[in-house]
Amino acid sequence: MIETFLNLDILRAAWPVLLHGLGITLLLSAMTIPLGLGAGLGLALLSTVRTRWVRWPLIAYVDLFRAFPPLVLLILLYAGLPFAGIEMGGFGCVAVGFFLNTGAYYGEVLRAGIESVPAGHSEAARATGLSRLQTLIWVVLPQAIRNVAPDLLSNTLEVVKLTSLASVVAIPELLFQSRQAQALTYNPTPLVAASVIYFVVLWPLVRLLSRLEHRAIAGRR
Amino acid sequence: MIQARAIHKHFGALHVLRGVDLAVAERELVFVIGPSGSGKSTLLRCLNRLEEPSSGSIVIDGIDLLDKRTDINRVRQRIGMVFQSFNLYPHMTALGNVTLAVRKVGGKSRAEADAIGLAALERVGLADRADHHPAQLSGGQQQRVAIARAVALEPRVMLFDEPTSALDPELVGGVLKVMRELRESGMTMVVVSHEMGFARSAADRVIFMADGAIVEQGTPEAVFGAPVEARTRAFIGQIQRHA
Ligand SMILES: Nc1ncnc2c1ncn2[C@@H]1O[C@H](COP(=O)(O)OP(=O)(O)O)[C@@H](O)[C@H]1O
Ligand SMILES: [Mg+2]
Repeated sequence: MIETFLNLDILRAAWPVLLHGLGITLLLSAMTIPLGLGAGLGLALLSTVRTRWVRWPLIAYVDLFRAFPPLVLLILLYAGLPFAGIEMGGFGCVAVGFFLNTGAYYGEVLRAGIESVPAGHSEAARATGLSRLQTLIWVVLPQAIRNVAPDLLSNTLEVVKLTSLASVVAIPELLFQSRQAQALTYNPTPLVAASVIYFVVLWPLVRLLSRLEHRAIAGRR
Repeated sequence: MIQARAIHKHFGALHVLRGVDLAVAERELVFVIGPSGSGKSTLLRCLNRLEEPSSGSIVIDGIDLLDKRTDINRVRQRIGMVFQSFNLYPHMTALGNVTLAVRKVGGKSRAEADAIGLAALERVGLADRADHHPAQLSGGQQQRVAIARAVALEPRVMLFDEPTSALDPELVGGVLKVMRELRESGMTMVVVSHEMGFARSAADRVIFMADGAIVEQGTPEAVFGAPVEARTRAFIGQIQRHA
């Protein structure tokens, strides 16, 4: 049993490949999180505009990409778009697909955050002569981000997990690499190792999230 | 100092201000009373363009407030506003609240702004609370910090919208004392409030508003003691019974 699922020789052999995969996973996360946050911030700011011509496309966008399974989106970009003459390659598809998907989610979280800040705070800031942008940067966003910190972190956890989908378009991230190693060795040890690595990387974030959530509940009392 | 003429304000079909004329002289304290919903807050908010009047003209300290070319953010520094609900920024200390606009709009360095901010907090008797966050302060202290936040910008006019209405009775006195000192220092003030005692001792003129218009105005003695209009009499009778 241990020979099968935790074969040390195989683990030793597969280790460099897995580490390389972890590197790509972290790289994908490091690319997707800022992109998604940026897109989300843009969407959240746009949602404060009350004009119909801004609101409707915005609602359509957010609804579409929250309802769209990210795996389907990715495969559509990868295997569908070439028929329209658009070839982005695996990495390009992941960048675009994750950007669209996580942007919609971050956008909803940040919108809720901005709406949680009392209008009176912005008015007080504007009354002292701060511009709209200064009010946003110094008064609204710091409170907004603090108010939805648990949701932002939880979303970020999901983004790291999401990167494993990149394996279907042959990006050599952690899951893909462990599948390769498993296929080569006819042994599940690399998969077990990959699972452990995911856990070790994500667990501190999960702990942090729990603490933030507790603090948020205590703060509300 | 303030010349507002024929101010109208519509919210959709609602006609909230119906041609208000208001002139306030330098160093004058004008006290505004009137039933809830009569448009007092809307009028004050028009005076620093937090609300855009539907029509009319407003000139403050020689500046045409409604001119498209007017840099409203510069003018607003000259017009301090204090709200019923304090509206302090909860993520900043008292000093942070007071110095934010001094730094970002006034362009002062942090050291200069801190000196200005501490002086402003000193004026409202809260220099020793500079490092406290709003949540650690009483309502009265929060409102005094809000006053310091406006005062630190050296405004030419201060607008107060029911500054003591959200306070426990025992905290009202401290805020009124600060307002009185501000008046004695020569500040031009427009105060919406129900504090008739303060009006009697500090106001130059009392204005009674109803249904979006000025119904009656005069010295505190005249308006409180011998109101001419029936609506004024009824309203003053009402608040005296509650006081
Ligand atoms: N932003 C707004 N949108 C629509 N109606 C408003 C708005 N602000 C105030 N009103 C309405 O205008 C009227 C006057 O309000 P307000 O100026 O706050 O009166 P007061 O301060 O004298 O109680 C009220 O009927 C109020 O409901
Ligand atoms: Mg009001």
